[in-house]
Amino acid sequence: MDRSTSASSSSRLSRSRSWWSMTAKETLAGYLFAAPMLLGLTVFILIPMISLFFISLTKWNFIQGLSGVEMVGLDNFRHLFQDKTFFVSMFNNLKLLLAVPVALFLSLIIAIVVDELVYFKGFFKIIYFMPYISSIVAVAIVFQILFHPSQGPINGFLMSLGIENPPKWLADPTYALPSIMLIIIWTSIGFNMIVYLAGLQAIPKDLYEAAEIDGASKWRQFAAITVPMLSPTTFFLLITGVIYSFKTFDLIAVLTQGGPAKSTNVMVYEIYDQAFVNLKMGYAAAESVFLFAVILLITVLQFWGQKKWVNY
Amino acid sequence: MDQPLKPALPAHSSKPSSGSSVTLTRIIVTAIMLVVGILFLLPFIWMLSASFKTEADVFQYPVQWIPHTWNAIENYRTVWFGDPPFILYYWNSIKVSVMTILLSVAASAMAAYAFSKIKFPGRDTLFVIVLLTFMIPGQALLVPQFIMYRSLGLFDTHIGLVLLESFSALGTFMLRQAFMSIHTEFIESAKIDGAGHARIFMQIALPLVQPFIATYAILRFIWTWNDYQAPLIFLRSPELFTVQLGINRFADATGEYYSLIMAGTCSAILPLLIVFLVAQKHVIGGIALGGVKG
Repeated sequence: MDRSTSASSSSRLSRSRSWWSMTAKETLAGYLFAAPMLLGLTVFILIPMISLFFISLTKWNFIQGLSGVEMVGLDNFRHLFQDKTFFVSMFNNLKLLLAVPVALFLSLIIAIVVDELVYFKGFFKIIYFMPYISSIVAVAIVFQILFHPSQGPINGFLMSLGIENPPKWLADPTYALPSIMLIIIWTSIGFNMIVYLAGLQAIPKDLYEAAEIDGASKWRQFAAITVPMLSPTTFFLLITGVIYSFKTFDLIAVLTQGGPAKSTNVMVYEIYDQAFVNLKMGYAAAESVFLFAVILLITVLQFWGQKKWVNY
Repeated sequence: MDQPLKPALPAHSSKPSSGSSVTLTRIIVTAIMLVVGILFLLPFIWMLSASFKTEADVFQYPVQWIPHTWNAIENYRTVWFGDPPFILYYWNSIKVSVMTILLSVAASAMAAYAFSKIKFPGRDTLFVIVLLTFMIPGQALLVPQFIMYRSLGLFDTHIGLVLLESFSALGTFMLRQAFMSIHTEFIESAKIDGAGHARIFMQIALPLVQPFIATYAILRFIWTWNDYQAPLIFLRSPELFTVQLGINRFADATGEYYSLIMAGTCSAILPLLIVFLVAQKHVIGGIALGGVKG
């Protein structure tokens, strides 16, 4: 407020104050330009974030409106640490993490082959990138049919190979999560490959030339130059992959709804289930606080790890 | 993006003796990768071919990659104009995506300009706060956002969905990087000529960062078009459903009509494919640049 008044009053003042008027204008312009974004972030992210902590301390059946709010202190969190279902969902998230290094490994190989060993590089980039840009819901529905236990083409193929009892995939508690992981790997290869390709371009070519002169084999060059020089990329992809993995929701919601027998119940789906199916807003908020803490921890590890592990 | 990605080849092919064997290896590896690539895309190929078939042929084994009986026109007509009508979901998705892109680009570009080209007290602190919001996972905010939306009347509206997806630190960050590459002299000399920031922003700064805006807008389109979680939670009326909710509803409603469901999934992916093929450089460049996910 007082900035705009000072701007208008200073314009009437002598020339020696014109510098002040300039800075006041500049300041006003700065705040005006930043205002929409700051306002949006405040209303749609910061205020919800603060309310989240408050809601997590309540027992709130949303149907009763504001009068349904009951302060329960840390009860939700006490309950949370004894809740088997929540532990299962957390454990499932940990199992899902296995997909990250597998996807990284495959992506690195594809990136190197596409970068150095093939014709029509641009064409291959498009092919391997396609699953990443495709709608995850559409992809999920397609895989649901492909994995169909009795009629699906995957089991059709396995049975034609003479396998009598192929797995029931998404309908079997043992295979459901691995099936989801397979889809996650398939969709994330494109993203990882593109980032790896960018990383590969950043390696100075004279390193390879020097190694060549020293008579280092291709394999030795890969192990001693490519892998260490790509370590910042790998680290970045590992962290984004891990965070992304903790956010898994769409595939589960479309394919399994956490089943069978909770075998694919991951944290975000569990939050969704508690909040919007069981209508336990307070409890779901407590679970969300936990999720937030986990992701924050990973992000902090990232800042710390960047300095420690990345050799460059 | 294609030009900077110069092959690392010279170092290898410059070996004098093995010229032809290198070419041969290259041809073999290309052939292998082609086979792997086709296997990789098999789910899409299956989807496309199933969408052209009669229902009875969908689960024939061995798979008929090229349908014996074509039923494509029938399938797609049923999906697009039947009940529930896909065309409505399409319209909803286009509406939400376009509004989100416009709002998101406008807010991000303005903030990015302020954070890079205007000097004002508290600027750097505010920018750090903006960046910090990037660490908050959207999934953790579903409960408070839902309660807020119910009480503000934003629940079950398209505008609510647009607002929810428009404000992100990512756009601000990406475009700030772009603005930083503009020389300050450009802006200083415009100021001396008497132009205010509004004019400098519209007439000088924005045109200079156009490619970055295009990249961000396209990535935002892909993310908004593909979003399932927010529409699932914040929309209730079927007539407001976006394509992602629509195909799932459609799959539930038609139950066993897999040929129709596949026509639906093909239709859902098609706009993404078109945008991707047309704006490939922007998509791949944007991903490589920021290494970002929605």
